[in-house]
Amino acid sequence: MVEIEGLGPLVATHPFFTGMDPSALEIIVGCCANAVFKTGAHLYRQGEPADKFYLIRDGLVTLEVYVGGRPAIAIETVEAGEIVGWSWLVSPYKWSNDARASGTVRAISIDGACLRRKMEADRVLGYEIYKRFLPVMARRLLNNRERIVELATEPAT
Amino acid sequence: MDGFAQHDDLMPLPVDPMIPRLFRIVKVKKEVRGVFTWHLVPVDGGDFSYRPGQFNMLYAFGAGEVAISISGDCRDKDKIVHTIRMAGSVTKIMSQLPVGATVGVRGPFGRPWPIEPLYGADLLFVTGTIGLAPLRPLIYEVLHQRDKFGKVVICYGSRGTEDILFEDELHQWRGRFDTNVHVTVHSAPSGYRGRVGSVAAAVRAASIEGANTQAFVCRSETMTKPAVDALRARGITSDRIWVTLERNMKCGVGLCGHCQFGPTFMCKDGPVYRFDQIEHLFEIREL
Repeated sequence: MVEIEGLGPLVATHPFFTGMDPSALEIIVGCCANAVFKTGAHLYRQGEPADKFYLIRDGLVTLEVYVGGRPAIAIETVEAGEIVGWSWLVSPYKWSNDARASGTVRAISIDGACLRRKMEADRVLGYEIYKRFLPVMARRLLNNRERIVELATEPAT
Repeated sequence: MDGFAQHDDLMPLPVDPMIPRLFRIVKVKKEVRGVFTWHLVPVDGGDFSYRPGQFNMLYAFGAGEVAISISGDCRDKDKIVHTIRMAGSVTKIMSQLPVGATVGVRGPFGRPWPIEPLYGADLLFVTGTIGLAPLRPLIYEVLHQRDKFGKVVICYGSRGTEDILFEDELHQWRGRFDTNVHVTVHSAPSGYRGRVGSVAAAVRAASIEGANTQAFVCRSETMTKPAVDALRARGITSDRIWVTLERNMKCGVGLCGHCQFGPTFMCKDGPVYRFDQIEHLFEIREL
């Protein structure tokens, strides 16, 4: 008989939630679902309501920006062990870019609207979540700054 | 210079380092846009020896002289190889020289990459755009002596998918079972399946164990520090990070001062430095 394991261990062992208090994890797991995306599928699209984020378990996700009048431009990739999506935390809760699977992607989707309500009700949980998202946002900002400097200082060959 | 003699494998200088030796262009290869490679052979038929990481002063008669790293395999005694980016009036004229033309060569100059002292270590190469050219001789040599090293990881970045230097060789190296190659681009067309991001982000994602890793960095001077920061975040200390730097080399032998970097001359004390020995200089804005 195969024992079906809940999402709890998958969430608890993802690097994003390392060290998270078990009771907080239990609340978060209540907002989680498994997700699989085939190559080229969108995790989300720019401008649409941002109501989720994803813990990437396996595969590569490409972030793309749609600029109008031309095909979207791939601007960054996110790998297994990282997370995708922070627009659900910031009003007006709309995605600022597209995210597409570059190969099969296995992830855990977390209902942002559900988690926002729980964070409003439990400020300690809210603070924990923000503490984990801020470094992600800071790292993305740093990556973009590095690329601006690279573009400005290194030849295009 | 005292304090900067980080490795003792200096090559003897040419008999008279100020007199160019004549070389003939036997092959011109267009690489990516604005970059070409020369294969040169000495007109006098003699030998030419160098170590990975060294550079030559190339002289286009009537135009001028520029410092260019050697980008070929130092075990190839039939020719020397230079990969040149069109960046100014001299290199523009060089790009127009045909096969059969003669140029002047002074060199080889500078301290090379260390190799033998690093036997047994894992190696990580970090570079972007044209920076792969000065690292390629070292990569060749490491692959010649592959059994002497642990992991070999190459992190390379370019602006887009159309300007990846030595793309065929990156594919070859990636195809080896004993070499990991991470290529990242700044941006790409929708549907691109590779990594997109900065070179430093590729370093952060590379599969390495910092404690036994020696890193080789060839970036612009500005981007060297962010690359080093990314390496240190992976546990590679400054005394195991080797960088190559380039400034306005002119004489090649530490006399003219054009390439001065603090108390060092890049042409003589560099271009390869162990990072901990010049780290403090990166904090001085005026340098």
